[in-house]
Amino acid sequence: MHKYLTKRAIHSFLSLAGLLVLVFFLARLTGDPGNLYLPIDATLEARQEFTKKHGFDDPIYVQFGRYVSDLAQGNLGDSLRKQRPALDVVMEAIPVTLSLAAVAMLVALFGSIIVGSLAAYRPGGVFDRISSISSLAGASAPDFWVAITAILIFSVTLQWLPTSGMGGPLSWIMPIAILIIRPFGLLVQVVRGSMLTVLSSAYVKTARAKGVKESAVIFIHALRNAMLPVITVAGDQAAGIANGAVIVETIFGWPGVGKLMIDSIIQRDFAVVQTSILVTAIVILSINIVVDITYAILDPRIRHK
Amino acid sequence: MSDPKVPVLSVRDLAVAFHTGSGEFDAVKSISFDLHRGETLAILGESGSGKSVSSSAIMGILDSPPGFIRGGTAYLDGENLFEMSQTARRNLMGDKIAMIFQDTLAHLNPVYSIGWQISECFKVHRGFSTKEAWGRAVDLLEKVQMPNAATRAHDYPHQFSGGQRQRIMIAMALALEPEILIADEPTTALDVTVQAQILNLLIALRNESNMGLILITHDLGVAAEIADRLIVMNQGEIVEQGLVHEVFAKPKHPYTQRLMNAIPGRGPYRDLVVSDEIAKPILEVRDLTKHYAVSSGLFSNSTNSIVKACDGVSFDLHKGETLGIVGESGSGKTTVANMLLKLVEPNSGTATLDGEDIFSVTKDRLLLLRRRFQAVFQDPFASLNPTMNVFDIISEPWRIHKDVMAKDRYRQRVLELLDAVGMVADHIDRYPHEFSGGQRQRIAIARALALQPEIIICDEAVSALDVSIQAQIIKLLGELRDEFGLSYLFIAHDLPVVRELSDRVIVMKAGNIVEQGTVQQIFEAPKNPYTIDLLAANPIPDPAQMMARRTARGIGI
Repeated sequence: MHKYLTKRAIHSFLSLAGLLVLVFFLARLTGDPGNLYLPIDATLEARQEFTKKHGFDDPIYVQFGRYVSDLAQGNLGDSLRKQRPALDVVMEAIPVTLSLAAVAMLVALFGSIIVGSLAAYRPGGVFDRISSISSLAGASAPDFWVAITAILIFSVTLQWLPTSGMGGPLSWIMPIAILIIRPFGLLVQVVRGSMLTVLSSAYVKTARAKGVKESAVIFIHALRNAMLPVITVAGDQAAGIANGAVIVETIFGWPGVGKLMIDSIIQRDFAVVQTSILVTAIVILSINIVVDITYAILDPRIRHK
Repeated sequence: MSDPKVPVLSVRDLAVAFHTGSGEFDAVKSISFDLHRGETLAILGESGSGKSVSSSAIMGILDSPPGFIRGGTAYLDGENLFEMSQTARRNLMGDKIAMIFQDTLAHLNPVYSIGWQISECFKVHRGFSTKEAWGRAVDLLEKVQMPNAATRAHDYPHQFSGGQRQRIMIAMALALEPEILIADEPTTALDVTVQAQILNLLIALRNESNMGLILITHDLGVAAEIADRLIVMNQGEIVEQGLVHEVFAKPKHPYTQRLMNAIPGRGPYRDLVVSDEIAKPILEVRDLTKHYAVSSGLFSNSTNSIVKACDGVSFDLHKGETLGIVGESGSGKTTVANMLLKLVEPNSGTATLDGEDIFSVTKDRLLLLRRRFQAVFQDPFASLNPTMNVFDIISEPWRIHKDVMAKDRYRQRVLELLDAVGMVADHIDRYPHEFSGGQRQRIAIARALALQPEIIICDEAVSALDVSIQAQIIKLLGELRDEFGLSYLFIAHDLPVVRELSDRVIVMKAGNIVEQGTVQQIFEAPKNPYTIDLLAANPIPDPAQMMARRTARGIGI
């Protein structure tokens, strides 16, 4: 376990390093921040002072060297827009996205396990058909359209739910619902497929020959085996959501990291772009490690390999 | 205890069918039989005979859909299994009637410990507490002679050998002392010495508990050794039944007679005279060695160990000779084949073909040498590319070795090869899935012959085939050898098959050759204790020899 985690940490560090290099240079392709932060009629001196103050006048490799050495000392730079440390700005947004992602994934995972398992139990049955069609529809519907339509129906017309903002329990309903549509549809299909394979496996036959009740056959003998591919896909989806539920956060005005990233890219707030990508990358790598550990917990064959 | 004269299981007119794309298929057509307490009933048949389907139907684990019971009754202790409620049926399963299977790795749940899986029986049927049930599971593991039962109960199926897993399955099936145990090919995947242990265990447990044992098998030897009565099935029907020694001594039905005649390893020994012309071997293998480092696990820090898959193996192969290599799993016999085929790189050693070592020649030279030795593998379902038709499969070697054959001659030559292996011209444009196992193996042999090799390496080439098909393929291999002067390296775990075809035999164990000699020496006067054990463990479908061994097992006739 120890050895595995060390190996994994080294891999993660290498991919983070690669990512940072890429993001540093790509961000600087978006243009000169001075054009955005100074008045349109700013004098040449003012512009020069701005570039000098933020070190944009140095050659790009010098800027990169400075960035790396600051990073080594734990300094991620200041936000141009907010005039305070970029890390603070990002750390305010991260919990919003993470709680959104966690709730959404839990709902999607548990919902899809139940729906997918029941669908697989009688393939081609009524429940299977309804769940297949609706999950397919869910997985194919464009989420921005569903979100706006939902606001129109539930907030504007019926006035049941708030249109936007993060607040009481009611304000969570629509963002979560929109966020899980796609992962839920996908996961139902994965659970169903995986369950179908497992339910026709030899060890399920053995369990039945032992006189085990059908509910225990499905939820004890089959489910743990069927979960393996599901966890891989779920981890992938969780990473997708943690990566900034950009559309949902933007539409519903949630101050999450997805919205922060978009805003900082538009505003050429390089330090915030770099920091938010760094932090989300760490989150995603952690999710992957959690997926691997879960795999090993569920399947002894992986533990002993 | 109830009247011993009354059968514990009484099956009447059982018919099982499957829904298929082209209508209904009758897998079992109205069979009837009885099973008594303390009796071993063998149901013998080849693939597709309906022997497994009928037992699945009785057990209540028929794949349904598409399978369904068309009619008939199965009375267990006076109750019809097919008419009781689902719950009543489930209460009987695992309690009064239990089953063990061939592929134990697939039939045990990979993610639960074996102790958990055995103790589940007590929890489901007896409502035992977890602790109590676990204790009983450990007791059972001891009963089936699992070493360190208390510790090993915490382990998972993949951590056991095939023989140990079958012991686990037996422990699980016998947990609640059922009245009937259905054993579906319980020893088919096991080595002969392990097979003998498992059969002995089954018989001992049957004698102890007085249960009725149904043994489903394709192996006449196994049936001969432990069954009291025998049912022979063919194409969904019972063609013959009777006491086992009577059926073996005097098979009445033509199908049974054919089956008995197909048993390999009973003819005269082959005796190849090594004349001056062939005194010089065409293949000389010297000190062939392959060691594998077993790397430590993903989550463990255990130190690496070395597995000596092949540890200094040397032998010669002469023209027209068949050299049998026998051994149990892990003996290294397949590693030898894989190294000679250059599928596995040896650590050291040479294999000299006409003065050239195939392990050290240049790539271009190897391509030329390769024409001279070809291979036929075990699984004809996996060794033929499903997207290529027969013509493509057989002519593929010429597309690689371009100078062997002009393109316009391909078709003619493929037809000749098909004819040589007993196939017809019609087959040339068909795909592998349209053929049976035996036909596919013929196609694989035709492919091996395409480059007119001198040596064919047959790695368990007839092991996956039914006994009557096996006999045909062995006959074909013998005819081709004599016609084309081929040399075979014939690797098999099945001793009678090796005896049938080989001139000389090598016995391997744990990467080493423990004994070699002519086929007669090995089978008539084995010297090494391992060879003696191996021969002793091999079931013999011969009424006379069978009697002696049954007495030794305490079965009687």
